[in-house]
Amino acid sequence: MRTKQAFMTGVAILAAVTTTSAVPGGGTVSGKVTYEGTPAKQKPIDMSKEPSCAKQYATPTTTETVVTGPNNALENVVVYISAGAADEPPPSQSAVFTQKGCRYIPHVLAFQVNQPLEVLNEDQTSHNIHPLAKINREWNKSQPPGTPPIVDKYDKMEFIPVKCNVHPWMHGTFAVLKNSHYSISSGDGGFSLPNLPPGKYTVTAYHESYGEQSQEVTIAGSETKSVNFVFKAKPY
Amino acid sequence: MGKLFAVVLVIIALASAYPIVTHMYVMPEDISTHGHQIDEQLSDTMAEAGISFLLAQFVLAFFVWTFAERKVGSKLKNFPGGAKVMVAAAFILVGTEVLALGVFGQRAWANVYFTPPRPDALQIQAQAGQFAFYFRYPGVDGKFGAIHPDKIDEGNQNYFGLDPANEIESRDDIVSAELAIPVNREIHLMMHAKDVGHSFYVRELRIQQDFVPGLDLSVHFTATKTGRYEIVCTQLCGLGHYNMKAYLNVMAQDDFEKWMKQKASEL
Repeated sequence: MRTKQAFMTGVAILAAVTTTSAVPGGGTVSGKVTYEGTPAKQKPIDMSKEPSCAKQYATPTTTETVVTGPNNALENVVVYISAGAADEPPPSQSAVFTQKGCRYIPHVLAFQVNQPLEVLNEDQTSHNIHPLAKINREWNKSQPPGTPPIVDKYDKMEFIPVKCNVHPWMHGTFAVLKNSHYSISSGDGGFSLPNLPPGKYTVTAYHESYGEQSQEVTIAGSETKSVNFVFKAKPY
Repeated sequence: MGKLFAVVLVIIALASAYPIVTHMYVMPEDISTHGHQIDEQLSDTMAEAGISFLLAQFVLAFFVWTFAERKVGSKLKNFPGGAKVMVAAAFILVGTEVLALGVFGQRAWANVYFTPPRPDALQIQAQAGQFAFYFRYPGVDGKFGAIHPDKIDEGNQNYFGLDPANEIESRDDIVSAELAIPVNREIHLMMHAKDVGHSFYVRELRIQQDFVPGLDLSVHFTATKTGRYEIVCTQLCGLGHYNMKAYLNVMAQDDFEKWMKQKASEL
């Protein structure tokens, strides 16, 4: 009886430890992502070949490959724990990628390995989404207006550029990550990775044009550690 | 019954010819310097083919009418000279008609395709790719930068694969999704395909030219009227072919210069 109880308790502890690596009340890594130098100008997009999209913009929208904010803030940078945290099973909630106004919203979508991805088409025209995966399986799917969402998933970690085969200016990125510790830098370049159990971590920042940078950080208790990233901007 | 058939034949033939003869089909407006030659050729072809068509139908109706109540067993008449003469006659008639059209039409064709563009024609590059057209202007230095297919980055709007970081000639190149041109100025459009076959067609310009992958082709034309006209892809190129189009924007010279300045400021 006692052996069985001990065994069951042991199994329960093991399950608790391996199924979650997010600890509410754990430590936080937060900071800002900025750039130095002159970034390339974001160019206006001419959507005249697709009038149903073009008319949604009073002034043409611009590319989003380098999005900046005040005080040299760099947006759309995926900051994540690349080492030191356990892999996690995916949430059941889908990550949603929307085609609207002939753009991808959001421009960068971060989600987990095997998490369902839902692609919606809210435009009056057909799209053909083509994620250019090299590690995962590469596919493209046509999606006429008014059809149900495309649902798929990726089983390996990868940063995947996404394009539309019908509309060449459409561009986005999927960040398929192994755990839930990720944050995309916002308008002021800020990011936050909460709920980290104590340990030694590698924090990596990924920008689709400026590459990747990593830093090591150690979390002891429920402190907040500050980590900042500075990327070199290029004029072209 | 036979005689009725002959009458119906004549009625159908006349009814078919009526809309063509009375010009019930409306041609798109002609904004090109060579447009009238193409339109004349089309009219000549319609007239020749139309007359031959009507003649053939009337002759057929005549024979149907004449021999409709032929008695069983009555003597059959043969075409004088037999089958050989009939074939030769048909060959000569149709052959002359086709040759005539070719001879008269070759002037229109040669004017568009066998004459070189003027040396001061405005050079614009056109790239057709699945599923959009993009156009490039050389910019203030008058030179086109080199094209590097491995540097094509559509998310960054680098559709031609230019390398402005390392090549100065590409830095001022203006890439546009619309073909803006000044009116009454000869345009030399240099065309290449990014991937598969496409075709450049502006019906008001009476110009249609295929993009063939691997070939650098060109057309030259002069637009005579300002306005916005559709460029459509007329060579099946994939699932987005139905959606593949761009706009030709013919502007007055001053407006064109303003447009170029605006585009240069976005670089």
